[in-house]
Amino acid sequence: MLENLSINQRAAILSFVMLVVGLLIWEATIPAQKTAEDLTEYELLMGLGEERAGVPPPSDVLAKAWEQLSNPFYDAGPNDKGIGIQVGYSIYRVLSGYIMAALVAIPLGFLIGMSQVAYKAFNPFIQILRPISPLAWMPLALFVIQDSEASAIFVIFICSIWPMLINTAFGVAGVRQDWVNVARTHELGSLRTAFTVILPAAAPTIITGMRISIGIAWLVIVAAEMLVGGTGIGYYVWNEWNNLDLTSVIFSILVIGFVGMLLDSAFGVLQRAVAYAE
Amino acid sequence: MSKPFLSIERLTQKFPDGQGGELTVFENASFGVEKGEFVCILGHSGCGKSTIMNILAGLAEPTSGVVKMDGMEVSGPSLDRGVVFQNYSLLPWLSALKNVIFGVKARHPDWPRDKAEAHARDFLAKVGLEGDVVHRKPSQLSGGMRQRVSIARAFANHPKLLLLDEPFGALDALTRGTIQDELLKIWGGTEQTVFMITHDIDEAILLADRILLMTNGPFARVAESVEITIPRPRNRTEIVEHPNYYAIRNHLVHFLGSRSKELAGQKVDGDDLRPDTVRIDQAGIVTDSPGDARSSPRLHAVND
Repeated sequence: MLENLSINQRAAILSFVMLVVGLLIWEATIPAQKTAEDLTEYELLMGLGEERAGVPPPSDVLAKAWEQLSNPFYDAGPNDKGIGIQVGYSIYRVLSGYIMAALVAIPLGFLIGMSQVAYKAFNPFIQILRPISPLAWMPLALFVIQDSEASAIFVIFICSIWPMLINTAFGVAGVRQDWVNVARTHELGSLRTAFTVILPAAAPTIITGMRISIGIAWLVIVAAEMLVGGTGIGYYVWNEWNNLDLTSVIFSILVIGFVGMLLDSAFGVLQRAVAYAE
Repeated sequence: MSKPFLSIERLTQKFPDGQGGELTVFENASFGVEKGEFVCILGHSGCGKSTIMNILAGLAEPTSGVVKMDGMEVSGPSLDRGVVFQNYSLLPWLSALKNVIFGVKARHPDWPRDKAEAHARDFLAKVGLEGDVVHRKPSQLSGGMRQRVSIARAFANHPKLLLLDEPFGALDALTRGTIQDELLKIWGGTEQTVFMITHDIDEAILLADRILLMTNGPFARVAESVEITIPRPRNRTEIVEHPNYYAIRNHLVHFLGSRSKELAGQKVDGDDLRPDTVRIDQAGIVTDSPGDARSSPRLHAVND
């Protein structure tokens, strides 16, 4: 029966089986808390009848997910906002920082890729700035910008700029000379050459850089929001940890993964759209 | 004597040899191409054929010497000099049709989209590409088809000079034959001046009015200009029966086989460095060195 299925169908079945088995093991390994009637008098005197925090079983997480997702946009004060609002804040910060980074990195990368002098001149700065953990910028950003919201966006900006810059420069520098010669023999001006030949030729590399950047930005925003606080999915995780609500912590971890996957697959679609075979 | 349409004068190319010295690829190469003429250049690898091509295209600068077209000195690339590269040089993210439109748009930026497209389709049809196949990307086309697209793109722009850089070098023999026919067909109606590099003697005889022979490098030069005395229209199966065919072919094979080596490195003195004109007809070989008959560099009427 399995032989008749396509590879994708077989993989889907396997994934589903792994999910179910994993959840069952998780559920089974959570020790059930004894109810008050089952306790000995000694245990009751020791305070073990109180409800204790523990890793919640998946059924609790599912129930939490249902509860949160059925009303994602409620706003009941600074410490109690729906998951949709929190994710919305995070996406807003990621996209603002990311778009600013793209506006700087792609034109600058073009310039660096087109000119060997610019490449060599910029390279030492890029090599030193690139390995810096984006969160290391946070204190400086907070001091200079004097605004926690803007500082978080700056951290996203600084972490997403490097892959885009490097990939754009690399892609532009690697455009085949033959294609540039086609533009030259057709008397295209430099601007038209840039847009009709170099940009489409380098687009797959550029989009790959953008895809790496959005992944990093999404990783970093969670940490940045834990530091900055106030709103956002990172703050939400930290806040629920402070509330010792591990069900919500696990639920929000899954939400972070899911949103990250969506952002990545959006760029996957874009990547396929600009891909070409030589 | 009047200047030919395309005149290459004392072209010299030197490259650094990597050890601090210089390598002279060719020196004082001089020749002319008349309007409407189809000229092939034959020579061994390393004699600088491709460099000459790049200089004519304006993609490279010679160390010294000039190229004049229509009396004007050539500098930089221009739409007046169309190029078909050996590796097709189609833009892989555009369909065949859009690649040709790309060229048409560059030539006629003011044309509306549908006019440019009709023009492009017209020229694709001339090389036998019609129907859905024009919407395929280069990667979905065979090597022969890609080269046809490239030829269509070049012809659609009506350049004053068409440069073909070993256009069929990467194709198998059967495909090459078909595309040579396509090339002759599309060329026949246009009076287009063509300058082509090739390694293939039979191809050169089939296509050319005149074949330029280069000696081996370094210090290569254009030594001979062989007229192809076979009337047009030509066709691959019939030209071999023409009495001049094997005489010309033997001369070319002999040149490439031994004389290109013997002549290599010989410097020519004097100011007229044009190649010797060779005209082979049933009566035999007549060589006309420019030193002897400067007023009439071409010898005519050998056997009538």
